[in-house]
Amino acid sequence: MNDQSSIVELGAVAGTPVAAPDRVRAPSRKAPVRKAPWWLWTAALAILAPVSIAIVALFLRAFGASSAVFDTLLTTRTLQLTGRSFLLTAFVTASAVIVGVAGAWILTRTDLRFKAVWGVAFALPLVIPSYVIAMTLISSGGPRGLFAELIGLPLPHVTGLVGAWITLTLSTYPYVFLITSAAMHRTDPSLEEAARSLGSTPTRVFRTIVVPQLRPAIGASALLVSLYTLSDFGSVSLMRLDVFTRAIYAQYSGRIDRTPAIVLSIVLMLIAGVIIWGEQRTRGEGAYFSQKPTRPPSVYRLSATKRLGAIVFLVGAVGLGAALPILVLVGWSWQSVSAAEGFFVSWAAVRGSMTGATLAAILAMAAAIPIVVLGVRYTSRRTVWLERSAFFVFSLPHLTIAIAVVAFTVKYARPVYQSLLVLVVVYAAIFLAQVTGPARASLLAVNPALEEASRSLGKGAFSTLMSVTVPMISKGLLAGGALVFVTTLKELPATLLLSPTGFTTLAVRIWAAADEALYARAASSALILIAVSALPVYYLSIKPKGVADR
Amino acid sequence: MTHPVISIDGVTVRYGDVAAIEGFTLDVEDGSLMALVGPSGCGKTTALRAIAGFEEPAEGTIAIRGQVVSGESRLIAPEHRNVGMVFQEYALFPHISVAENVGYGVRGSGRVRRVEDVLTLVGLDNHRDRFPHELSGGEQQRVALARALAPEPDVVLLDEPFSNLDAPQRERMRRELRKILKTARVTAILVTHDQAEALAIADVIAVMREGHIRQVGAPDDVYAAPVSPWVAKFLGDAVLLDGTVSAGSVATVLGSVPTPLPDGAHARVMIRPEWIMPTTADGGSGLVVDREFYGHDQRVEIELVKGEIIEALVPTRHAVHVGDRVDIELADSIVYEV
Repeated sequence: MNDQSSIVELGAVAGTPVAAPDRVRAPSRKAPVRKAPWWLWTAALAILAPVSIAIVALFLRAFGASSAVFDTLLTTRTLQLTGRSFLLTAFVTASAVIVGVAGAWILTRTDLRFKAVWGVAFALPLVIPSYVIAMTLISSGGPRGLFAELIGLPLPHVTGLVGAWITLTLSTYPYVFLITSAAMHRTDPSLEEAARSLGSTPTRVFRTIVVPQLRPAIGASALLVSLYTLSDFGSVSLMRLDVFTRAIYAQYSGRIDRTPAIVLSIVLMLIAGVIIWGEQRTRGEGAYFSQKPTRPPSVYRLSATKRLGAIVFLVGAVGLGAALPILVLVGWSWQSVSAAEGFFVSWAAVRGSMTGATLAAILAMAAAIPIVVLGVRYTSRRTVWLERSAFFVFSLPHLTIAIAVVAFTVKYARPVYQSLLVLVVVYAAIFLAQVTGPARASLLAVNPALEEASRSLGKGAFSTLMSVTVPMISKGLLAGGALVFVTTLKELPATLLLSPTGFTTLAVRIWAAADEALYARAASSALILIAVSALPVYYLSIKPKGVADR
Repeated sequence: MTHPVISIDGVTVRYGDVAAIEGFTLDVEDGSLMALVGPSGCGKTTALRAIAGFEEPAEGTIAIRGQVVSGESRLIAPEHRNVGMVFQEYALFPHISVAENVGYGVRGSGRVRRVEDVLTLVGLDNHRDRFPHELSGGEQQRVALARALAPEPDVVLLDEPFSNLDAPQRERMRRELRKILKTARVTAILVTHDQAEALAIADVIAVMREGHIRQVGAPDDVYAAPVSPWVAKFLGDAVLLDGTVSAGSVATVLGSVPTPLPDGAHARVMIRPEWIMPTTADGGSGLVVDREFYGHDQRVEIELVKGEIIEALVPTRHAVHVGDRVDIELADSIVYEV
């Protein structure tokens, strides 16, 4: 009955970065108090430290320039930005949670047929970058949109707050869906059966039993969605919605003085910090003593009307979030091909995307090994901080990290300013937590006695690490690496700010073309981007089935 | 005259191509405590879940108090069946208190009072504000029972209720459960794989094997007169001896046993160890080769003339010692045709 195991695994991977930091437990068997080898710490800090230092330096610098800081801060514009960002974040978080949880319930607890297929389709918007969804919504509506041109039916024009709200809901609900459906697979269905045998309708069971059980998962996914929304740059800039990220980029690219951009970045990082802190505070009450499911859940029989409603809901979400974007992209590409303008492919951009994403994935996997080994085998207060800082960097808006790195390299590391090295180090640092999560879970399952056996057979610490530990956690490392590859492909703001001269990626091409309403040009790049990122996602969702066969 | 509270007729539940229960037919009388007993995998839990409404039978009907809840192209949802269920792992809601758990299924103004009454009935009236994880296994079970009883269901279903308790607790809870159910005057069906448990607690037992009911009756009757050697072996120790019928009796190593079976039929004689009564006699046909002393009785191994060894369960007031020669008398025996 592991028809949904793939989704569950993917959800576990997607959910790990936010769910893991406070679950840092001591290993089951008391580890001997050992001093970690110096080279392990060096390797662990190689990626994370430069980026963290740049962020700290940004804060120091901004507060050093005191009066100018407050001039920039205390304007009605900053207040407006804050208000708009909060509004958008609240709207998107609420709607993504509703859509994601509803989908998870329908696809784990009802008798709808082909649930496994629906599950994959429902998570599909995950592979489509938010700015591509934004572009398709913008370009297909309106009197001169694709629908008006193709079938003479002008759809309403969506931009601004509503447009950004719809776009970001579509691109974030899959995270909620994956995390909560993984949690639903873990909860004991007999609780729900007990509630029903006590006379509760499915609605009451959902409200009084299912939701309280899911609270930790809902909290974690709401955190993920709100941070995603806060840091999203591509879709809000296309939707012309003035929130923090768009304002920061405008300040950065339009002025010589970078102080306003830096100050706004700091405010945005502080807001993200407050959200993370708030979620940590409210967590913990939800840690129930849930039992392992002993049997598959009994399904809720949908009436004909409700079945139709469920299907309309699923089709609507998948349609807007995945089918429509792909159709629109194909439509624009077709138009340009048939108008003999050709299929716009920039091989430089394809090469740039592949190079950046591949290097980032390799670097992140390499950096994750020492971090999880320290965290699991040499647990101490310092290693807990090490792991937490990886999660914290992951949680901050990429644009603000890029601003910090630009400011730092310009001042202290001029030779590497705007080099490929800095770009991939930043990529790896930002997405490191996506590898440490699954890699940590893998390492926790490895018996330390295996490593001790290797040591007693005459192998040194490094040799043991490479010949025993790394092969045994390779599955988790690769899963995380695949995730880093996909997210780097889609990454936009850090790439915009840190790209070396002459370096470009598909993401930058798509965004720049869409920003100038050159949709046909953007569409072909977007199709390639989706095709390339679909492969690792396919690997992520198929692989666990092989694992389950063991 | 009593009516069946639950009437199950020809129910079949399939998982894919495999029938978990097939042609399952059973009536449960008002106020009685029925034990469904059988080896694991025999379909007893499936039968229970079909009554509760968590499994959808492919065939057959289930009626509760004369109303069809399953079958005749109808399938009443679990929440409309008025059936209480005690789950194997208790399934207590971990996020609400004991009192809220018990009151979960109770509606209306009498709710607080009802919760109080049921908690008193199960002896947990001073635990109302605790949370499930703060309770011992036995206490959790009592909460689960109280929760199932609180809405005054037509029938309470208990799935392996004692499997999560250790041995001494199990025996105590068994007696207590029976008392509580009888005080509440509620009809109950209990599923267990432990035949001793079923015999001890139930008014009526139904023995299941491979999706079918093999025998239904009072524990004493089923134990004393099992319908087949399998049921006999499942419910307790049994000595089985094969032979051929000749002149209205079967010749066995323990003497000849009368039977109405026709001459020439192959017969299997079932004898419970406590039906074998050895008496010491010089030159007796059996030799006591081993003895285990339990206090209230003793298990005696007797070697017969041809070298077979049988076991007898003998009251301790009969003095039997290893090395004694004994004559054997049978208090009872049952003959099956094979």
